[in-house]
Amino acid sequence: MAAKVHVTATINGEPVEFLCEPRQSLLEVLRDELKLTGSKEGCNNGNCGACSVILDGLLVDACIVLGAEIDGCSVETIEGLMDSEGLHPLQQTFLENAALQCGICTPGFIMAGKSLLEKNPQASEGDIRHWCAGNLCRCTGYDKIVRAILDAEPQLEVKK
Amino acid sequence: MAIVHIPALLHSLTGDVRKLEVEGRTVGDLIDQLELLYPGIRDRLVENGHLRSGLAIFVDGMVRREALEYEVPPKSEVLFVPAVAGG
Amino acid sequence: MNPTEVMEPAKTEVKKKYKVIGTRPIRHDGVDKVTGRAVYGADVQLPGMLHGKVLRSPHAHALIKSINTEKAEALYGVKAVMTAADFPDAGSRTANLGELGEVPLKPMCDNVMASDKAVYHGHAVAAVAATSPHIAEEALKLIEVEYEVLPPVLDVVKAMDEDSPLLHEDLYTDELGEKSSRPSNVASHSRHVKGDVSQGFAEADHVLEREYRCATVHQGYIEPHAATAMWNPDGYLTMWVTTQGAFAVRTAVHQILDIPVSRLKVIPTEIGGGFGGKIPVYGEPVAAVLSRKARRPVKVVMDRTEVFLATGPTSGSYVKLKMGVTNEGRITAAETMLAYEAGGYPGSIVALGGICMFAPYNIDHTTIDMYDVVVNKPKTAAYRAPGAPNSEFAVECMLDEFCQILDMDPMEIRLKNGAKEGDIQSHGIPHPRIGCIETTEAARDCEHYQTPLEGPNRGRGVASGYWVNAGLTSSVTARLNGDGTVTLQEGSTDIGGTRTSIAMQLAEVLGIPVEDVVPSVVDTDSVGYTEVTGGSRVTFATGWAAYNAGQAIKSQLIEQAAEVWKVDKDQVTLADGVITTTNGDSRSMTIKELAANLSQKGIDVGSRETVTPQNHGGAYATHVVDVEVDPDTGKVTILRYTAVQDAGRAIHPSYVEGQMQGGVVQGIGWALNEEYFYNEEGNLMNASFLDYRMPTSLDLPMIETIIVEVPNPGHPYGVRGVGEVPIVPPQAAISNAIARAVGVRLGDLPMSPQTVVKALAAKS
Repeated sequence: MAAKVHVTATINGEPVEFLCEPRQSLLEVLRDELKLTGSKEGCNNGNCGACSVILDGLLVDACIVLGAEIDGCSVETIEGLMDSEGLHPLQQTFLENAALQCGICTPGFIMAGKSLLEKNPQASEGDIRHWCAGNLCRCTGYDKIVRAILDAEPQLEVKK
Repeated sequence: MAIVHIPALLHSLTGDVRKLEVEGRTVGDLIDQLELLYPGIRDRLVENGHLRSGLAIFVDGMVRREALEYEVPPKSEVLFVPAVAGG
Repeated sequence: MNPTEVMEPAKTEVKKKYKVIGTRPIRHDGVDKVTGRAVYGADVQLPGMLHGKVLRSPHAHALIKSINTEKAEALYGVKAVMTAADFPDAGSRTANLGELGEVPLKPMCDNVMASDKAVYHGHAVAAVAATSPHIAEEALKLIEVEYEVLPPVLDVVKAMDEDSPLLHEDLYTDELGEKSSRPSNVASHSRHVKGDVSQGFAEADHVLEREYRCATVHQGYIEPHAATAMWNPDGYLTMWVTTQGAFAVRTAVHQILDIPVSRLKVIPTEIGGGFGGKIPVYGEPVAAVLSRKARRPVKVVMDRTEVFLATGPTSGSYVKLKMGVTNEGRITAAETMLAYEAGGYPGSIVALGGICMFAPYNIDHTTIDMYDVVVNKPKTAAYRAPGAPNSEFAVECMLDEFCQILDMDPMEIRLKNGAKEGDIQSHGIPHPRIGCIETTEAARDCEHYQTPLEGPNRGRGVASGYWVNAGLTSSVTARLNGDGTVTLQEGSTDIGGTRTSIAMQLAEVLGIPVEDVVPSVVDTDSVGYTEVTGGSRVTFATGWAAYNAGQAIKSQLIEQAAEVWKVDKDQVTLADGVITTTNGDSRSMTIKELAANLSQKGIDVGSRETVTPQNHGGAYATHVVDVEVDPDTGKVTILRYTAVQDAGRAIHPSYVEGQMQGGVVQGIGWALNEEYFYNEEGNLMNASFLDYRMPTSLDLPMIETIIVEVPNPGHPYGVRGVGEVPIVPPQAAISNAIARAVGVRLGDLPMSPQTVVKALAAKS
């Protein structure tokens, strides 16, 4: 077994240090080492998006990033979305639109939605469908998820 | 007296009689009566003293889990239907 | 109530205006699920926990000659290794499957871990528990298994040939107790006969005979199976499992490991989708044995490849169908043969395919022959309306062909033949009150259907579907708190918002806000027996248990208020959360006030309810889809989709719509893309989400929904199950739309681009 790597990063705004094996993915580090189990494993090969996190402003699948790669980086996960005012607008619109059934894909979709709306605050239905094509949901047929992201747009605008 | 519907795969045993009136207090009694009329039919419906696995008893449209012990109301319709599990 | 007691049809409160039912509250577990706090199967962490991994057969069909685990056991970090030899001998023990009776236990044990023979690619043969998942994986590579490879049997029709290789030398075809003279891959044959098809065909003006095939497809839940076991030295086993039924897991593990039910507690975690696939056990008994051997907690989590390789896909199938109609469009007769893949061990869902197949229509003469066939694929499991899409696809496609022959509107032929209350179904049971006609009328009249579709290579398809639904046993425990809220413990795991749809029914009875009911899904020691979350039964049956609990609490509150006021309890009523006297003295108090009073006095108000209702009614849906076919690539684009469905009573309309939309999209995937690809050796070639192509958001439009409410007279609020039937119509609706777009009829699923291109080439 190779020696563990010492990594320093910022996760959800907090400085974090950890040791990880070179072969451990960011998802394993988040879930097993840092106990941030909100990011889910659906496929472990970048196909389903259940582990979507934002890495230095870029939406990534944490299962295909190595833990050691995030040294010096900033990572946002679902656990960091709430602020002092409560739920993030996307979290609220997902609830109001019944945009989750089993909920396993929800953290990934919310992170994907956040990343999209940061880049494109007035994303159309088509933009959302295109952007979220890397996130699989087997329960909802996506209809209510797309509506929840659309609904969050004006609320995020107000928040700004 | 109940009306018993014979499962399709046993029509060969009954000479294509598909339903008939049978006397009996319980479903088990009805099967005993059927056996007198159509020897061999009991072994197709009952296994080790229990209703054969994979069969369900419907009386007047309702599954009766009491199976052979179920007391059949007069004039009721009794069916043996392959049991099914949902998803 | 005694769980074996059958409930008679209840009086439905049809005309009453509801306060809670029909509203769209935020689900109770919502915040946990949008913040990442909800604990799913793989999120369980225990002190000292080990990670289990499973070694799987690389061959589809092979004798296991020997297994040597010595090198794996010696690897640093490995704490336990197991094989099927660690399970108690199944011998002639049987497993009790409730209404299905007793079945031999050995196939169930062998499916969890192969003892002498691997019968599908990915079949478990050994397992390791180690201090990290990576070490466990390394250890698997050190296990030496000697196989004798046998020819695989992959096609359901070829498997039925007398000269086909056999999966099980001791399997004989069962025909209601009569065994075939020679072993066979056909595990059973059953039959339903109604009327006389030869007479029916003689009455027909047009008769068609066709074959239809469905590929093997997977449920595709996003959360892989996960089980954590902690076996204590005193013999008590605790398990944390993502499952559709904690009690079903308890029963299965108790049977496989031959340990008393009383020593086994199953704690259901949140569940990331199931669709029928999280009913059987896979890693649960393995985690338990590894935990016993390692004397530490062990978590066994599958990866996606394992989920595809070794957990229940649903049956691929072959259906032969002959139907006759008159010139007026009346269906006179239908005759069918259904052969469904069971996978490596007997037990497909062909019987349900048979029951549902002709249920939307009243046909005087029908014959249905059903064959359950073993093949070298994973043991099949239920998948949303299990069995129904395969068989109803055939009927719905053929009806559309008749429509074209007769120049008849697809809605008209459905209305002409639509099943009504009292019509005898093909298996002899009369239909209860169902909404076939009302739903089809709503579909006919909807804006989508009334708007003409224009453009080249475009077509509109219509199809209907029926699903039988289920009742079964459900339990809840409800207790009034001192602040007037109600704690509601339930045995049904919540896959899609059922905590709320159950709580709403209790809240309605008491006239309190649903937020004042606090539902939780609890373990097998903490609530009465409850069968699986399946059969579209939870809002119906567990909701009924909650309704009964509400009624019990209501009458206790009335009694207690009468006691406080020193009046007769007949002079007290409860409505909208307020208790009042009816004797003219105008006394009243809120539930909250009375609850505080009782709490102070130490009086407990609550109820424990178990129900086994049967009047679940059937679910019926009619769908309309517009497609565009690209004649060069064969790609089919869904332009517009409308699903119309009888929900009986939509308790929480948003989640009813969600079930409809989700079912439609699974049906679209089944129709257009999804299938298991096997090579000649029987190896599954597409065991990943990239290659097993489920629909993404980009593949779809919004899914429009129309909820029809024909109250189920068998439920106090008129509920009928809604979850499953929406997966039934899409496959045929899309096939029919393609036929009308480009003039080719496709009877084999999926209708992938290459299939469409080939069919177009054959036509020209």
